[in-house]
Amino acid sequence: MSDIADRVKKIVVEHLSVEEEKVTENASFIDDLGADSLDTVELVMAFEEEFGIEIPDDAAETIQTFGDAVKFIKEAS
Amino acid sequence: MVDLTGKCALVTGASGGIGAEIARALHGAGATVGLSGTRVEPLEALAADLGARAHVLPCNLSDAEAVQALPKQAAEAMGAVDILVNNAGITRDNLFMRMSDEEWTSVLEVNLTSTMRLCRGVLRGMMKARWGRIVNISSVVGATGNPGQGNYAASKAGMIGMSKSLAYEVASRGITVNAVAPGFIETAMTDKLTDDQKDKILTQIPAGRMGRPSEVAAAVLYLAAPEAGYVTGTTLHVNGGMAMI
Repeated sequence: MSDIADRVKKIVVEHLSVEEEKVTENASFIDDLGADSLDTVELVMAFEEEFGIEIPDDAAETIQTFGDAVKFIKEAS
Repeated sequence: MVDLTGKCALVTGASGGIGAEIARALHGAGATVGLSGTRVEPLEALAADLGARAHVLPCNLSDAEAVQALPKQAAEAMGAVDILVNNAGITRDNLFMRMSDEEWTSVLEVNLTSTMRLCRGVLRGMMKARWGRIVNISSVVGATGNPGQGNYAASKAGMIGMSKSLAYEVASRGITVNAVAPGFIETAMTDKLTDDQKDKILTQIPAGRMGRPSEVAAAVLYLAAPEAGYVTGTTLHVNGGMAMI
């Protein structure tokens, strides 16, 4: 697993207090990992800080799963 | 005794009577204060009077870009914004039938839209800190209405609905959002009333007198306190019994 994916996973695990095994490629933050809509906003904020990138609101809406997040951040950073 | 040591508070309209008292009360409880307003001179005078822990942050609230920039400037000056008091407000009174779009829009823009923008701007820091206090200064007329103040009353009622909605969204993050609704308070705004007008108003106030800015500030201080952490989405009326709602 890439460095970016590891860092994203760490944020998700810490923020949503979920077990690492559950954070799989297709795991949806809301449907599978128990996030509410505000959690997803906070996750995006945490990603922005960790990777020093800007994630605009319309892009943030497309980030639904762990895989989406890793893909977006890889392209942005 | 409220202790706000280490907390940083941004107060808009701090050049006015009520805003200055709010800033004094928060500062007196140990908070660092950011004094915002359009008129720099009274802000500088207040800051000089308060001494340490006071920053002057001029901002014209009808300028969207300036409003957008204010939370960042405040955080840079003070280190954070833990407490936001949206106190600034304007009136452009007119009979409803005569009210121009401009009179309507300017009041809504300054009183309601800038409040929304400032709330939005400080939320990120508060969410991360898992602590925040937002106090929006509404008005009794937001609840009761007032002839000649359709625009002002709409903006003040809007602040209450907005505060409640935001309170729902961020309650789980340790952030409270409340409104304070002053009645008739002795300020430059009410000084303009004639004695006749004042007498008429006083007949409607069970307390038999106008309120003092410090009495509004005390309500804000309470809602900003760590002890008020379980109070959110409420409107605290400070009106001498004029409207018991």
